[in-house]
Amino acid sequence: MTHSPDTIAEHGLKPEEYDRLVSSLGREPNLLELGIFSVMWSEHCSYKSSRRHLAKLPTKGERVIHGPGENAGVVDIGDGQAVIFKMESHNHPSFIEPYQGAATGVGGIMRDVFTMGARPVAMMNALRFGSIDHPKTKRLLSGVVAGIGGYGNCMGVPTVGGETNFDPAYDDNILVNAMCVGIADQDKIFLSAAEGAGNPVVYVGSKTGRDGIHGATMASAEFDEASEEKRPTVQVGDPFTEKLLLEACLELMAKDAILAIQDMGAAGLTSSSVEMAAGGIAAGAGGFDMNLDNVPQREEGMTPYEMMLSESQERMLMVLKPGREDEARAIFDKWGVDFAVIGETTDSGKLVIRHGGEVVADLPVGPLADEAPNYDRAHTALPDVPALEDPKVVVREAEVRLTLKDGDLDAVTSALIEETLAGRADVAGIGITEGKRQVTILARASIDAASDVFDAFLSAARNLGETGVAEVETEEEETTVSLADTPSGDTMLTALARMMALPDLCSRAWIWSQYDHTVMGDTVQGPGGDAALVRVHGTDKALAISTDVTPRYCLADPRMGGKQAVAESYRNLCAVGAEPLAITNCLNFANPEKPEIMAQFVGCLEGMAEACEALSTPVVSGNVSLYNETSGKGIPPTPAIGAVGLLQDAKASARMDGARAGDALIALGVTRGWLGQSLYLRDLFALTEGAPPPVDLAAERKAGELVRKLIGTSPVTAVHDVSDGGILVAAAEMALGCGEGLALTTPVKERRAAYWFGEDQGRYLIAVPAAEADNVVLKCAMGGVQASRLGVFGGDAIVLDGRDRLDLLTLHRLHEDTLPSLFETTEETEPMPMAADDIRTLILDAMPDAEVEITDLAGDGDHYKARIVSSAFDGLNRVQQHQLVYKALKGRMGGELHALALETAPKD
Amino acid sequence: MQTAVIVHPAANCDRDAQVALRAATGNEPAMVWHAETELPQADLIVVPGGFSYGDYLRSGAMAARSPIMGEVAKRAGDGVPVLGICNGFQILTEAGLLPGALLRNAHIDFVCGMRTLRVDSTDSPFTRGYESGAYVRFPVAHHDGNFEADEETLNRIEGEGRVAFRYVENVNGSARAIAGVLNEKGNVLGMMPHPERVISPLLGGEDGAVFFRQLIEAIQ
Repeated sequence: MTHSPDTIAEHGLKPEEYDRLVSSLGREPNLLELGIFSVMWSEHCSYKSSRRHLAKLPTKGERVIHGPGENAGVVDIGDGQAVIFKMESHNHPSFIEPYQGAATGVGGIMRDVFTMGARPVAMMNALRFGSIDHPKTKRLLSGVVAGIGGYGNCMGVPTVGGETNFDPAYDDNILVNAMCVGIADQDKIFLSAAEGAGNPVVYVGSKTGRDGIHGATMASAEFDEASEEKRPTVQVGDPFTEKLLLEACLELMAKDAILAIQDMGAAGLTSSSVEMAAGGIAAGAGGFDMNLDNVPQREEGMTPYEMMLSESQERMLMVLKPGREDEARAIFDKWGVDFAVIGETTDSGKLVIRHGGEVVADLPVGPLADEAPNYDRAHTALPDVPALEDPKVVVREAEVRLTLKDGDLDAVTSALIEETLAGRADVAGIGITEGKRQVTILARASIDAASDVFDAFLSAARNLGETGVAEVETEEEETTVSLADTPSGDTMLTALARMMALPDLCSRAWIWSQYDHTVMGDTVQGPGGDAALVRVHGTDKALAISTDVTPRYCLADPRMGGKQAVAESYRNLCAVGAEPLAITNCLNFANPEKPEIMAQFVGCLEGMAEACEALSTPVVSGNVSLYNETSGKGIPPTPAIGAVGLLQDAKASARMDGARAGDALIALGVTRGWLGQSLYLRDLFALTEGAPPPVDLAAERKAGELVRKLIGTSPVTAVHDVSDGGILVAAAEMALGCGEGLALTTPVKERRAAYWFGEDQGRYLIAVPAAEADNVVLKCAMGGVQASRLGVFGGDAIVLDGRDRLDLLTLHRLHEDTLPSLFETTEETEPMPMAADDIRTLILDAMPDAEVEITDLAGDGDHYKARIVSSAFDGLNRVQQHQLVYKALKGRMGGELHALALETAPKD
Repeated sequence: MQTAVIVHPAANCDRDAQVALRAATGNEPAMVWHAETELPQADLIVVPGGFSYGDYLRSGAMAARSPIMGEVAKRAGDGVPVLGICNGFQILTEAGLLPGALLRNAHIDFVCGMRTLRVDSTDSPFTRGYESGAYVRFPVAHHDGNFEADEETLNRIEGEGRVAFRYVENVNGSARAIAGVLNEKGNVLGMMPHPERVISPLLGGEDGAVFFRQLIEAIQ
């Protein structure tokens, strides 16, 4: 049989690959055989563009039990147990059908882990979406999040964290990477190699349908506008069946009946049977002889081609010890899961497929598994990227000096700022009190802001006379400032407020609240911290898990970006006190046939390899997703890292939200104020030039080890790694987490903005009781890590250098609102003035024990302040108390809630 | 003190309930498979959370008709305390052991997080240890937790002191913020929040440990 060039192309094979196939086989394949070859030789299954470079990654380590090559990596965690983990992409399907694409991605990675004998104990993910304003983003985000939750929640495995970012570069190619972590006994680890002849081959799980045919081929090609027509190639998940399959498999695994087991993932029955047989051959002797008539089928009349290429979910292939079939079948019957003996192993080295009494395929396994092309694709040299020089901008500044006769200085100042400057883009104003009767108000606007920006401000100031102002002096000028010194039309804290509301820095609570992160009763730290922490059931130990990569760094300098991704994951594990063990990865790149894309791949891999070596975190499993490209537009290089660490005592861990009033904030590591590729420049000023921050791996390791030691031996109350957004963002996150304000002092005279927003690597923030601060700084210095005191926790605001002030609850709202506001209905309702008594009634409805005092601030029945004292607030921090009231009243007060100033206190 | 946990397919909080009961009683709970038709002797029966039958058809609808549920209903009739948590609550309403129904959350999405509840009626073994009006913090994790019943039923439930817990933050749109409801005799409680997930400070709180300890004391 010969095949037309079109048929060959439809199978994703290049003409020269087809020639290679024919010469390997020694004849032309029939259509079924062509289909089998096409999936086994697809990029997805054969790693034909990436294999030779993946070999550069360090994969060995004292604790590594099984590295890459198995379904997932296996690492020793002591006491006869092992952690088994892997991360995998489901990018293409999720873009086409976000709910099912993400759901089956979760289901697939879970099977990879429980195939090996592990009970999945935690799920993580790394998600990239297009611009938050892109018309597709909302649907994709809500679909993916619901899909991840829908599958994981039903499985009863907590989704404990992950990362989500937004960038227009992902508008047409979103990334959905899911990671599963499981725990197994070391003497009950199952592999896929099916050695020896005469053993029953058993199919368990869902019936095979016509869904997902050629999914692996789809995942190995670029997209174009017509890609959404591929929706029928996306599989549909059934988490209920997967849960039953999981329990049935684990029950059977506890017996000694399974010789080999492999999940049917991409390319279903084909890749599972070929990989199991190939493993058997490598170990001595192997081969599969399967009769497709015995495969449980969802619909009638399925052809062998459809059955072999179907990607129906929730299926496994096992080889049992002879004679154990009935015992195994009883377990699957109990769980209500299909069980069928569909063939037996042979020592022929061949894959023989029978259907309707005939042999429909007869292929040597060797060429299928081992003779796929192994390309050394051309890649351009990586350019040297110069460090960015501090960018300069022209700004306008206005100054108003007021001297009052009588009246309230603060009230006049804030009214003036509120009425003329507040809420205007690129305009900032701060008041500096000088003595009892004098104040200077500084206002700054970027040159782009409207030209009349200061007119209202200055004329309002001049007209203040009637309110008891004795003297007004005004001044206006245009100057050139460096963005390293000052954030143009912002004060440092208004810039912070804007950054904390950015899609990439805002609260992810809207996402996390849709994932069950507390099921299984072992979640010590769920989403929101530097790393998730999950107790090893029945022990004091805990696993720390983190997913990281900074694609904008990888794009600017692939080698440094690859290094940074590993270093940041290392840092996140250390920040909770865990010893980093090993990593998995999901390497998402565009079309590798383009030399500049291949250069990104090679560069990132070399950077990762260097970092893994230096930080002793071998790569134990991974996944490559290429061709993330639509109509010629590719994604930035995104090598997502999933890292796992171990804590011997879960109680000796650190959190980012543990600081208390009076604690000192200390920065560890060297801050030079690196602005190249910072979020500060990208998101506030649309500047994306320059090299990313350099990573010093030796310093990274030293700081990490010191932090772990501090967590174990010092009264550290909180730890947070410094990453996107720099120190000020990290400090604000700690303040929001613990519900305490923070008084900060800028430790430098020049390049103040670069100090606060620069993204130098290898840094942590820690909180310690003030009395211990000097001691801890000394300890750090002795450990060779620079440490400096930045401020003190306490109060209800972040205050910088005694004058720039940002209310904590305001910041909290800004930080929380970004994602929910995407999904809020936009209908504007006219706010109805509400009587004080009605507000009181609403509060008492939720908290009957509350003592409520309501003040009508402006006397207009529209601006109220409520002081609430209730034992519902016992044990809650300031932000949590506020949130409790907010949530209790939400939906009942509508838009008016924002106009209600709250003061809360516990009863005791 | 003997306890039993009913295990439906995909009842994925069965182990969590087992751990909490073991800690509270010092005894190993009996794990009873849904296909069983006999229940061992038990002083407390827990129908745990999860996604029995994948929530297909309606949450709890299929599990409510499993063989073992007939036995659970009999024991409940005999006055044995029965606690349904989350999916267990849904199963108990579907089985007719509790009034009302749990609809999809008012805001549609699944919701997971720590929430504050107020103890209402203390006239049951489940809440006897609390003072009325006391606050507790339990996690919630559900998609269908929006408790609804007709006005007459709601009035009756409230009139008879059968609201065990109310949400301070009505997380899912439940009628009258009801988070946990009792049967007429007060020996069957269904609640959406998960006390079994907060039995250690390491896991975010001990309010659940207190809940189970008081429950066991009230039964003994």
